[in-house]
Amino acid sequence: MDTGYNYAYLDEQTKRMIRRAILKAVAIPGYQVPFAGREMPLPYGWGTGGIQLTAAVIGPDDTLKVIDQGADDTTNAVSIRRFFARTAAVATTEKTTEATVIQTRHRIPETPLREGQMLIYQVPIPEPLRWMEPRETETRKMHALQEYGVMHVKLYEDIAHYGRIATSYNYPVLVNGRYVMAPSPIPKFDNPKMDRMPALQLFGAGREKRIYAVPPYTRVESLDFDDHPFEVQTWDGACALCGATDSYLDEVVTDDAGGRMFVCSDSDYCGDRRAAGHVGDQGATAADYVRVTEAGQ
Amino acid sequence: MSAAPMLSVKDLTHWYGARLGCRDVSFDLWPGEVLGIVGESGSGKSTLLSCLSCANQPSGGQVLYRDRTGAMVDVHALSEPRQRLLMRSDWGVVHQNPRDGLRMGVSAGANIGERLMAVGARHYGDIRTGAQDWLGRVEIADDRTDDLPRTFSGGMQQRLQIARTLVTHPRLVFMDEPTGGLDVSVQARLLDLLRGLVADLGLSVIIVTHDLAVARLLAHRLMVMKDGTVIESGLTDQVLDDPHHPYTQLLVSSVLQV
Repeated sequence: MDTGYNYAYLDEQTKRMIRRAILKAVAIPGYQVPFAGREMPLPYGWGTGGIQLTAAVIGPDDTLKVIDQGADDTTNAVSIRRFFARTAAVATTEKTTEATVIQTRHRIPETPLREGQMLIYQVPIPEPLRWMEPRETETRKMHALQEYGVMHVKLYEDIAHYGRIATSYNYPVLVNGRYVMAPSPIPKFDNPKMDRMPALQLFGAGREKRIYAVPPYTRVESLDFDDHPFEVQTWDGACALCGATDSYLDEVVTDDAGGRMFVCSDSDYCGDRRAAGHVGDQGATAADYVRVTEAGQ
Repeated sequence: MSAAPMLSVKDLTHWYGARLGCRDVSFDLWPGEVLGIVGESGSGKSTLLSCLSCANQPSGGQVLYRDRTGAMVDVHALSEPRQRLLMRSDWGVVHQNPRDGLRMGVSAGANIGERLMAVGARHYGDIRTGAQDWLGRVEIADDRTDDLPRTFSGGMQQRLQIARTLVTHPRLVFMDEPTGGLDVSVQARLLDLLRGLVADLGLSVIIVTHDLAVARLLAHRLMVMKDGTVIESGLTDQVLDDPHHPYTQLLVSSVLQV
């Protein structure tokens, strides 16, 4: 197909530059590597970092999945998936198990990832120390000297004000016992999945022009206090559509009379479960359920 | 006082380009001693303090510090990580403006706790108990633990800064005009508090001030600076009661009597 652009949109020199940054990032897990981020045909904050990483690593043999807040069918996910279907002629899928490259905003899929897969995160603010220390020169020095005491100040403030660690997303982690890293705004529910994940995890921040990585099977620990250990969110109910109790649930307001339902944020996981016959409170019966996907068509 | 000095300064000189900061300053500081540095504005007091506390690299001279193991180390020859570790563990700095020494965006408790967390404390209950203990020692009520420092009065901010500095039990504290900008009655209470803490903890202190009353109350020994050099030094009472150098005589006689 002729789109008038180079394969996967970016020119080859740019892709080489990004790949070099990725190699460096993989060699130093959790370290933020600066790179010459390009203008992309979408606004900052919509995934310019992630899309550049995907463009640099994707090939014709890959199968791409794109999720936004866990869902495959939201505007951002659909646009980015079509973008690469057109410019890189790759197969696309909504199935986590079939994908080789998964670009994500704010979630890690519920289905465990395996070796050979790549998870590419879109990152708005790559610097975990930014909240405490506005100076870039100083944060770099703090990373270099492993002066991470201030990270706990934020957690201290949470406990002092709310009685528990109330930070629920972008929860800071220590990678390979060395660098403190912002895991992008994924819910802390997903933090344990990052630990020793068999897949390669890449993080791209387009506006801040930073790339960092967690290689497969790398230790990722969430920061905490001895007497306030790290905990993930829990829900009282189950998914209203598939009845799952082990997934991250979104709250959906259904009317203006206080009606609300909880559904899986991972649309692929929920669909798989429903196709396999699991039914929640408000789900269609298994016989009536038809799985419709856009990506495979 | 033990026989060996804790800090030994030799011919410390600092130039700001062609302009002189301080020249050929030499002195020894013994454990538990409070040394006052007095002089008019621009006499090089703060330059000297910033060179001593590693905020500035001096143009010449040496600052030797006897660490907890008893070894003398040249602090300006240390690597930056070691210098920063020294500042976190053994030394403390109290700034003239509490805003320079405090993190204004987090609560008083977190401000004190930060120093503890910076040296490895990871038990919330212990950190909080330590913070509240120190708030008590600087006479700030327990129920202000979770308030932001910006809701504190100037005197309370200064006391909070002192608590934050002392919580990690430093051996040597540098103070730059700790009572500057406070009204007289608050100054008096702060001085009283400082004097008690310094005596209780056996701290060594280098205090820079232009206020001779502060020097008289806190310092065991005095150094008088003018135009970047030390013109007179000795026991505080001796210097203030029997000043030899004409400038010191002028300084002592110019104190307002009410």
